[in-house]
Amino acid sequence: MSIWEYANPTKFMRTTEGLLPWLVGSAVLCSVGGVFWGFLTPEDFRQGSTVKIVFLHVPAAMMAINIWVMMLVASLIWIIRRHHVSALAAKAAAPIGAIMTLIALATGAIWGQPMWGTWWEWDPRLTSFLILFLFYVGYIALWAAVEDPDSAADLTGVLCLVGSVFALLSRYAVLFWNQGLHQGASLSVQSGERMSSVYRYPLYLAMLGFFLLFLALLLIRTRTEIRRRRLAALQAREMRA
Amino acid sequence: MIALLIRDLRLATRAGGGFGLGVAFFLILSALVPFGVGPDRATLAPVAPGILWVGALLACLLSLDRIFALDHEDGSLDLLATAPLPLEAAVAIKALAHWITTGLPLVVSAPLFGILLQLPVQAMPWLVASLALGTPALSMLGAFGAAITVGLRRGGLLLSLLVLPLYIPTLIFGAEITRRGAEGMATATPLMFLAGITLGVLALIPFAAAAALRVNLR
Amino acid sequence: MTLLTVQDLAVARGGLRTVEGVTFDLEAGQALILRGPNGVGKTTLLRTVAGLQAPVAGRIAMPEDCLAYAAHADGLKPALTAAENLTFWAQVFGGGGTDAALAAMDLTALAHRPAAALSAGQKRRLGLARLLVTGRPLWVLDEPTVSLDAASVARFAEVLGAHLGQGGAALIATHIDLGLPQARVLDLTPFRARPGSAPATRASGFNEAFA
Repeated sequence: MSIWEYANPTKFMRTTEGLLPWLVGSAVLCSVGGVFWGFLTPEDFRQGSTVKIVFLHVPAAMMAINIWVMMLVASLIWIIRRHHVSALAAKAAAPIGAIMTLIALATGAIWGQPMWGTWWEWDPRLTSFLILFLFYVGYIALWAAVEDPDSAADLTGVLCLVGSVFALLSRYAVLFWNQGLHQGASLSVQSGERMSSVYRYPLYLAMLGFFLLFLALLLIRTRTEIRRRRLAALQAREMRA
Repeated sequence: MIALLIRDLRLATRAGGGFGLGVAFFLILSALVPFGVGPDRATLAPVAPGILWVGALLACLLSLDRIFALDHEDGSLDLLATAPLPLEAAVAIKALAHWITTGLPLVVSAPLFGILLQLPVQAMPWLVASLALGTPALSMLGAFGAAITVGLRRGGLLLSLLVLPLYIPTLIFGAEITRRGAEGMATATPLMFLAGITLGVLALIPFAAAAALRVNLR
Repeated sequence: MTLLTVQDLAVARGGLRTVEGVTFDLEAGQALILRGPNGVGKTTLLRTVAGLQAPVAGRIAMPEDCLAYAAHADGLKPALTAAENLTFWAQVFGGGGTDAALAAMDLTALAHRPAAALSAGQKRRLGLARLLVTGRPLWVLDEPTVSLDAASVARFAEVLGAHLGQGGAALIATHIDLGLPQARVLDLTPFRARPGSAPATRASGFNEAFA
């Protein structure tokens, strides 16, 4: 039995129906658990209690990037194998990714204010996330603007491909640009590397939680999209008959 | 192919073609910025490279939706798609025509606006070089955006939303070349990056744009 | 010589099949007139044959570089003169005979007028003159006689007859009788796609995939 069988809308709906309650449950458990466990950790000797926002910030940032990658894969599957569910999954993922990017930016600003003394710094990482957000917005806007669903799927697929290349290109261009301005003096957040295990395990749990949360939201939204398409198909058929 | 180029150039220069509007917009922008930030040489000179590049970007953006929209309305695009010319070539030629009517005048006139914005004289060659290298990529990426939005009724705003993020790498390196030129620093590295981006865009984007056009034609 | 073979063709508009199982072929010197009520899928069928959209099922075969397509829009640039418009298309298609084409559609006197100054019927004639300069044998025409007066229709029928006489062929969607003795008529009504008839291959679009 091949994985492509799940590209059949009916099969997809039946499989996800049973899966969804478990997924939602574990997503809530892991993300809430991870964040709360994070709050119980001791305060950092330099950053004080503000460090605890890391349990929201890092998982959101991780998902912001990963969701775009997932959209790229889904778009490729649509363009190459023409599985409709794949295109709808990419559509369903985009707003979740945009929100994750916003969460990462907002928590970053809230964290940055007491730490760096500013809400916003044109640091390469922050700038890259802002650019990523712009790509999400363009992608969502294109889906909303094209009426014919087949054309919309094709056009957004092409945009996602080109956008991925340029998002990556921008990421490195921004690195170059900022060093050119500040001679590498800007503050950077390298939390993952020199973090003690006290923080690491709750962070892993929160990351897992956010990943499961994304999966659950993705399935719910994709199911909604499929139902919406079915409705449109029925209406189109009625018009024709 | 040459016939298509000549037709597009002829259309742009005839009445209602909008030739020179980009440069006029560039002039107005350069004239407005000093009103906003003040007339001092000390405040204008450091921001001049950025302003000039952002201005070139926006001037380029103004005429993008004309690349395919008019041909789509009057049916020429359908006929071009059934012509022996590959659609990829048609896209490249139309982007070239857009560059000649919009990008090239900007490149030529940029030093003038540089003077208005107190750009140091030693930066002028670098400004011209960076624009000459970067604007072809702007036109080609614009053609991609225009191809995606060609069937839409209110595609203009969406077009800028889609295209401007794609302009970021070109803008970064282009402005960086000019800034380094103004400060007398070495410009070889950003020049090479900019040239690489432009060449990559010219080589690959026609295929993406033609694919988008085919979707919009059916 | 067979200029066009269409076998078991199904086409879709807006993700739903309009006609299916259409089969015909066109020899040199023949014309086929498509009939059918509005919305049956004549335009979609012609666009599919012209290669502007992919068929849902079936096969379309023709010799390479043999098709010229003319639809509702004439593809004229208002800022260019009639002759310039025609010369452009002649160059793109690698054809020629601009002056002869203008004369054939009775446009010689208007050759140096900008297309913006032409009337709707004159524009239409210019759009049809484009077919002559492409040098392509197979003409695919969607309602070619819209906004033409009776004299112009007769003139166009004459041009079309001459084209067929020279080994050309034409596939035309029209409601007007062009008075062509060579023309066969194909009514598309019996080929109208029935919902529920099993899709032979993959779904043509979202609306079929989710039905």
